[in-house]
Amino acid sequence: MKFKVRGIDTFASTGGRPFDKNKPLIVFVHGSGLSHMVWVLQTRYFAFRGYSVLAVDLPGHGLSSGESLKTIEEMGNWIGDVIEAVGCKQASLVGHSQGCLVTMECVQQHPEKIKTLTLMGGASAIPMNPELLSLAEESNPKAVDLMMDFAHGPAGHFGGHPVPGLYHLNVGSMLVQNKEIKDTLGVDFRACDNYKSGPETAKKLNLPTISILGAQDRMCRLKDGKKLAEMIKGSEVHIIENCGHMMLLEEADQTLEILKKFILEKDPINPQ
Amino acid sequence: MDPKTYKFDTLSLHAGYQPSKNAGSRQVPIYQTTSYMFDDVDHAAALFNLERGGHIYSRMSNPTVQVLEERVCALEGGTAALATASGMSAIFLTIMTLCNAGDHMVVSSQLYGGTVNLFRLTLPKFGIKTTFVKPRDTEGFKKAIQPNTKGIFGELVGNPGNELMNMPEVSKIAKEAGIPLIIDSTYQTPYLCRPFEHGADLVVHSLTKWMSGNGSSMAGILVEGGTFDWMQNDKFPSMTEPYEGYHGLSFAEEFGPTAFTMMARAEGMRDMGPCLAPQNAWNILHGIETLSLRMEKHCSNALKMVEYLSNHESVAWVSHASAPGHPDKELAEKILPKGTGSMIAFGIKGGKEAGAAFINNVKLASHLANVGDARTLVIHPASATHSQMDEATLKFAGLSHDMIRLSVGLEDFEDIVNDFEDGFRAAKKPRLVANK
Repeated sequence: MKFKVRGIDTFASTGGRPFDKNKPLIVFVHGSGLSHMVWVLQTRYFAFRGYSVLAVDLPGHGLSSGESLKTIEEMGNWIGDVIEAVGCKQASLVGHSQGCLVTMECVQQHPEKIKTLTLMGGASAIPMNPELLSLAEESNPKAVDLMMDFAHGPAGHFGGHPVPGLYHLNVGSMLVQNKEIKDTLGVDFRACDNYKSGPETAKKLNLPTISILGAQDRMCRLKDGKKLAEMIKGSEVHIIENCGHMMLLEEADQTLEILKKFILEKDPINPQ
Repeated sequence: MDPKTYKFDTLSLHAGYQPSKNAGSRQVPIYQTTSYMFDDVDHAAALFNLERGGHIYSRMSNPTVQVLEERVCALEGGTAALATASGMSAIFLTIMTLCNAGDHMVVSSQLYGGTVNLFRLTLPKFGIKTTFVKPRDTEGFKKAIQPNTKGIFGELVGNPGNELMNMPEVSKIAKEAGIPLIIDSTYQTPYLCRPFEHGADLVVHSLTKWMSGNGSSMAGILVEGGTFDWMQNDKFPSMTEPYEGYHGLSFAEEFGPTAFTMMARAEGMRDMGPCLAPQNAWNILHGIETLSLRMEKHCSNALKMVEYLSNHESVAWVSHASAPGHPDKELAEKILPKGTGSMIAFGIKGGKEAGAAFINNVKLASHLANVGDARTLVIHPASATHSQMDEATLKFAGLSHDMIRLSVGLEDFEDIVNDFEDGFRAAKKPRLVANK
């Protein structure tokens, strides 16, 4: 659905169901250069099980208008505004990769609005390889090829998409190339590289949190994901074996099962 | 720093398959089953509602067929693919997903005869009309576009006359009109050309031909490039508006670069059901494992045959994009740098009668209605593959009665030549040997 956030046209997938502000809300936040489409194997499930979902396109990404936000702090604040813009008071947040930094920042800035936090393929800092960062800022398609290489585990490189007929690497590549690379991926990579307050933010978090990590993640390595989880008070950790950074697609079923269990328990449709 | 993603030959052998998820089986298993167990009612509901990936019923998808789909998709550089029972069903499914009654297509006139019949005779029964344009008439494609035109379709190298469509230029015309360019790339395979790199939006193949190479199995496929923006205009409501069949799902919104294939599977396979048998998918996968090696030999044998035929006293003309003086030679060198394929059309002196004598007297070359087999194949199109066309349509499609269509195989070149010499000798005395 399209709606206005700070006066700018914003798109979010509602998982194929009409948005209902009276249902518990789950907001999904994509990673660098991507869009709502990475969440299709999670959002539809919750949308048809009593939740309202918003898989947002960050400004300038996917089907949202405007320019990409330049810092993780701005993005986190913007997610808080999204929740308000759709008439809700609270939401559970689910972030992937850069989306983990963004959702942590959102909790930091709007703690009253966030019920639970799910971090997929996260780390407290995502420093960028300087060459990759330069390529992305120059709109060089090689940046996308490198990103797809790093983002998928060894198994993901062969394929085996959960949806018959789809080929992981090329789907991801097309999602990034949907817009000018420097305006989305370039800006996002720079924002990740500049963000230094992740550890400090993580240590202050005090809400139900779960980290879902890929054992063979090369973008945010397993040890960094574990370290982040250790920083967050009471965080659960789930490791998916034989999986890279794109667990939400590479191992969509396992990811959904873990997410389901967590959300249904911590943010139930009918709280007792 | 360079990406370490797998390259073409590696993908030909491995793409789409993970042994660790299949009992460690090194070879792709044949899942000879109609249906798949659900974990519980919730799992079943999620699969039926496209909430999660997986298999329900082999008309919609099958694990063996899925490997083939991903493999071809990877080789083509596409985002998604859907395998079908034949190349013709891939084309039909594509058009039925793209168009509604009252819509129109602009189509290259030089096509396999069955495809011509589909656009000329069968699709009008569903209210879909076609304007045919000669493949070299690039400007003609633009002029033929109407407000209700939903796509441009063509074979890159036309069957059987070997005229090239200027894909990069026609792609610009399609983009300007906000409609997709669909290329039948059967003749090329992704080894010789990857149409998405030249502006195509959708690609179809008959996998029965070079991709398989063994002449054992029928199969087709639709591949999506993921580049076409279905939401750029209001021409494709079935892609962009809520679809009743899946509780108001908008395919373009939810699936973006894979939307067309998702819709073709969810609606087309569900309702029309031209599914591929897993055994056939497995046979095609075997062929793809050696695609590069076979295509190199096909092309090198074809180049030698072009030279041989061009200098033969019994041959009136030769059409192959590598032939000296071929009008599309420059374009072919640009978009087919690895080779111009193994299909040759040539005219035999003595016309139809000589052609019949030639075909009746070759022994090594097989006279049959197929192309792209590992074996050399010949046919007289005007009396076989394109025989359902009237004289005017034959002429418009670039066919003549003296034309012989040759699909050059992998045999030793000298053996093919010796066989052809027998055919040409007989063709000089057609009345004596035509019915031998």
